[in-house]
Amino acid sequence: MVGPKTLGALLFGGVLWLGAAPVVAAPERVVSMNLCTDQLAMLVAGPDQLVSVSDLSLDPDSSAMVEQAGGYTINHGRAEEIYLLDPDMVVAGAYSDPASVGMLRRLGVAVEVFEPALTLDDVRERVSQMGAALGREARAAEVLAGFDARRARLHSESGDNPRAALYYPNGYTLGDATLAGDLLAEAGFDNVAAELGLAFGGALPLELLVMAAPDTIMTSPMRSGASRSEDILGHPALASLRNGAAGLTLTPPDWMCGTPFALNALDALVAHRDKLLTGDAE
Amino acid sequence: MKRLLVGLSALVLLFFLVSLVTGPARIGPVEGLQALLRGGDGSAVPLVMREIRLPRALLGVMVGASLGLAGAAMQGYLRNPLAEPGLIGVSGTAALGAVLSIQTGFAAQYVLALPFAALAGALAAVLLIVVLAGPRGSSLTVILAGIAISALAGALTSLVLNFSPNPYATSEIVFWMMGSLADRAMLHVWLALPFVVLGGALLLSTARGLDALTLGEDAAQAMGVRLGRLRLAVIVGSACMVGAVTAVAGAIGFVGLVVPHLLRGLVGASPARLLPASALGGAAMVLAADILVRVVMPERDLKLGVVTALVGAPLFLHLIYKTRRSLP
Repeated sequence: MVGPKTLGALLFGGVLWLGAAPVVAAPERVVSMNLCTDQLAMLVAGPDQLVSVSDLSLDPDSSAMVEQAGGYTINHGRAEEIYLLDPDMVVAGAYSDPASVGMLRRLGVAVEVFEPALTLDDVRERVSQMGAALGREARAAEVLAGFDARRARLHSESGDNPRAALYYPNGYTLGDATLAGDLLAEAGFDNVAAELGLAFGGALPLELLVMAAPDTIMTSPMRSGASRSEDILGHPALASLRNGAAGLTLTPPDWMCGTPFALNALDALVAHRDKLLTGDAE
Repeated sequence: MKRLLVGLSALVLLFFLVSLVTGPARIGPVEGLQALLRGGDGSAVPLVMREIRLPRALLGVMVGASLGLAGAAMQGYLRNPLAEPGLIGVSGTAALGAVLSIQTGFAAQYVLALPFAALAGALAAVLLIVVLAGPRGSSLTVILAGIAISALAGALTSLVLNFSPNPYATSEIVFWMMGSLADRAMLHVWLALPFVVLGGALLLSTARGLDALTLGEDAAQAMGVRLGRLRLAVIVGSACMVGAVTAVAGAIGFVGLVVPHLLRGLVGASPARLLPASALGGAAMVLAADILVRVVMPERDLKLGVVTALVGAPLFLHLIYKTRRSLP
């Protein structure tokens, strides 16, 4: 028979045992192998916590943090070189090479995978996820507070939503179910891709774009080097369309990843919409 | 013969008109053609018709005529029914020239650099084939040389594209190897036109010489045919035509094989009469293929070379089978 005192002692011991569950130490050597996780990690990590970022974060056409990236060791997303950096945590994207991620896991390295952010709310979740993975919840909360404050300030004037089209090399467009689409919607544009039934985007024939006659066309800037895929951005039909419709050149580093830098893109979009509504845009 | 040419011309005209009214935008045929002729104030329909569909249809004619004519001329000169710009590597080296000019930035500096570079590439291949194989070369030598040149050109094109800092360059290999007329502009028509016209004139001038060559080199010389000149005209003419159209549409194969083969019987196997017929037949074939890629799988961006290869490769195998006994 267990008496009340013994029961009490057992219960008390139980509570102590549970409360004293081992705390997982924050990782001390973090390696990032994906452009988006590079930037999130650089924003959130503690001093000397982040050891290496991927080579993509040095590319000024894709990365919004080129200068900061220069201060880290650069990796190329290969399992061997990452393993030799002796990480205790690797952060990767959902579309990072599965062979490399699998290899790292087999070698006993903890890999945290981040899905791409498809909305600005997803961006908040990724920042929190990075904070949790790196044991830097406080810093992540700081970043989020700044993000929320800035987002609240960015809103356009009310009015009819102008119709916008995103047009990339090879005639590619992005629909509502993407980060770019979400930014357009939040800034107060109607995406032509949605009208044409392209939820995720995809190849949009130039003919259909011309027939849709959007109020504004947003294209990516020409990349370094040359390619035939970018020819379509110089097509006379598109140029003609842009004469009647205001154009906007996107800055890919802000659009490419689900990071707080997406608010720079939102800022540019809101300003563009305001210009369009007041008839000032050229 | 006259009836054949008239019939083929009518076919080309028909396909040209159908090509003009085919496309993802739903524009009625009458409305579209009216907009094309009348032009407009920059509104959507005339813009689509004049800047997107017209160049595509014109290029279809030019590409088909060039490949058909060059194929017929090469077959006449090499006296080999298997000689064809795509198969013997001329299209591949033309594509290599074009890619090099784009990737080194020359094409951006001088607009004519693109067709000239493709022409130079095509010239290199044609010279090599003619030196190795003809006019008395055996089928085997021609085909083997063609395989080697095609493979080398393809590998070098991939290599050059892989070196590019541009993220889109690597995936462009599909365009260069399979060809496409999508999203071309009137600029591309003007770029290719002078070379196509020049090459066409050169090749059509070889008609009498090719006929004489069927009797043998000595007999042809005795008939007053200048063999050196004939060879030069075939080489430069083919390089001009194939180079120009590959520069703007990528490498499209098998047109120069299928069309002369189909028409040879109808012109009484005379190489001279086959030349204009192949030009028209080639134009019809490429226009038809281009209509097909827009009608069959519009969302999938099917490449033109896929359709021509689907038709041409089985025919090629059939031809090899038929002539295998005469191959050494």
